[in-house]
Amino acid sequence: MKVFKGRVVTPGEVTAEAVVTHEGFNTLASFQMALQFGDKEVKCGDQNNKELHGKPLIGKALCLPQTIGSTTGGLVLYCACAMEKNPACMLFSGHIDSLAAAGAVLADVWVEGVSMPVVDSLGDEFLNYVKDGMKITVKPDGVVEVQ
Amino acid sequence: MILTKEQQAILNGEKGETLAKVMKTLVMYGDAFEAEKLVPITSKYNHLVTSFGLKVMSPVYDLMQQLLDSGVMSEQKFSVDPRPIDKNVPANFLQNFVFNKFMYTKQSFYEDQLNKLGLMNEDAFTCTCYMDEVGNKPKKGDVLSWAESSAVVYANSVLGARCNRNSGIIDIMGSIVGFVPYFGLLTDEGRKATWVVKVNTTKKPEAQLLGSAIGMKVMEDVPFVKGLDKWIGTELNDEACAYLKDFGAATASNGAVGLYHIENLTPEAVESSEKLIAEGAKEYIIDDAELERVQKNYPVIWKNPEASPKLCFVGCPHLSLQQLKVWTENIEAELSKNNLKKVTIPTVLTAAPGVLREFEKTDYAKRLKATGVIISYICPLMYMNNPLCKKMPVITSSNKLRTYTSARYYTDGEILSIITGGKK
Repeated sequence: MKVFKGRVVTPGEVTAEAVVTHEGFNTLASFQMALQFGDKEVKCGDQNNKELHGKPLIGKALCLPQTIGSTTGGLVLYCACAMEKNPACMLFSGHIDSLAAAGAVLADVWVEGVSMPVVDSLGDEFLNYVKDGMKITVKPDGVVEVQ
Repeated sequence: MILTKEQQAILNGEKGETLAKVMKTLVMYGDAFEAEKLVPITSKYNHLVTSFGLKVMSPVYDLMQQLLDSGVMSEQKFSVDPRPIDKNVPANFLQNFVFNKFMYTKQSFYEDQLNKLGLMNEDAFTCTCYMDEVGNKPKKGDVLSWAESSAVVYANSVLGARCNRNSGIIDIMGSIVGFVPYFGLLTDEGRKATWVVKVNTTKKPEAQLLGSAIGMKVMEDVPFVKGLDKWIGTELNDEACAYLKDFGAATASNGAVGLYHIENLTPEAVESSEKLIAEGAKEYIIDDAELERVQKNYPVIWKNPEASPKLCFVGCPHLSLQQLKVWTENIEAELSKNNLKKVTIPTVLTAAPGVLREFEKTDYAKRLKATGVIISYICPLMYMNNPLCKKMPVITSSNKLRTYTSARYYTDGEILSIITGGKK
């Protein structure tokens, strides 16, 4: 097991299986089809993301450098949380970007009963180490255990 | 974050619970970027990204309704992204059924909400709100609470306004309280370039390809682009602005660029030149081979990659008046060369309602209509945002549309050739 420490953007505690992208995560492209057409697994629809395309996102520990693309990104994440189709947590190797931050904050303030812990600044080593399927535990203080 | 007495009072709930939640959202959003304060929005108008009444987005409309029910309103009027449906755009029975009975069933409900929240006018639906014909053009130095990635990057880079890449919903919340967190592209430091991009091509680079290459390389960083003025000049005329609009949209959708500087052309680059480049900036050299590599790497996800195109979209982001005229001339010339009168593939050129209105006043409108091309205010992305379109071979010269849908990208020149009966 390896332990990483990041900064808490929105707090929470969760254990989930990792899905990992080393490229920017395009939130709109990833979620739009799955949310609209009732894909229960919420498979990633971003054709440009070869690591994630077609993989389920719901309930996963999404490990990423940052999100990219449309400024609907934050509200798409907010909707995913409100519909309970969100990843279990989002773990950023670098500093969070403005769209992901907006989504995390909107979900935290406006959606009741749904928790999606978000931790950033986990470092490049985190993203180099973590692999799809690894078990991730996020602690409320930003500690992330990977095994 | 240090708040003023007035801001703190709002956060404490002295002006109601809903406004307190709006303020809390902005404070938490700012805290994520270590913002020290909130600063006043100074633009006349706002711009929102959410224009579509998609049934699945009901959490958004519920939230908007909470704002309306609480009487929490912005003093700023706003424009908003394009409408998702236009009956002029070709669609089969099944598509129309899906659009009207399944996907966009909330459209009129949401447009009613937008009107109540402060929509500028019924034609204020476009991603290019900064066009003169639309009238939402911020001044240099204006602080904005906009969303829509292509509009934000244009406002920052070409107009010299100051705006972060705000998400939908955050856009209207900033406008409601009249303040936005001071971080990132609002600060002088955040506007410094951390990449120097050298354009070493042997011909004018395709705007949408160049933007795509830079976006994928620099992600959310600020690039300072050298060597592009050789191809697009040192004056922000209609042609250069249209180029930068398309270039910027690609940087923002293929990456997360919110601001770029073009040497000798964009306002801050003209004013400060290389002083805008941060210490230790990385370098990216773009030549013909690099652009070719980028284009070759775009996935083709048509069911049958050899299929003949059934529809063509040009204008994501929306075209300018000048671009509509140039497309008219080019299509006419190519058709004439090929002894044809009409385009061989249903083709839709999209532009803001205000731009289309001005275009209709010119003789170009009749000439374009004669070629069989359709003009529309639609958002092509919203049109294609469904599984039915996945099976449909659509072509486009928009890198943004390519990124989010199954549309296949071709350069403007290739598109022109394909729709006028020539070969790629």
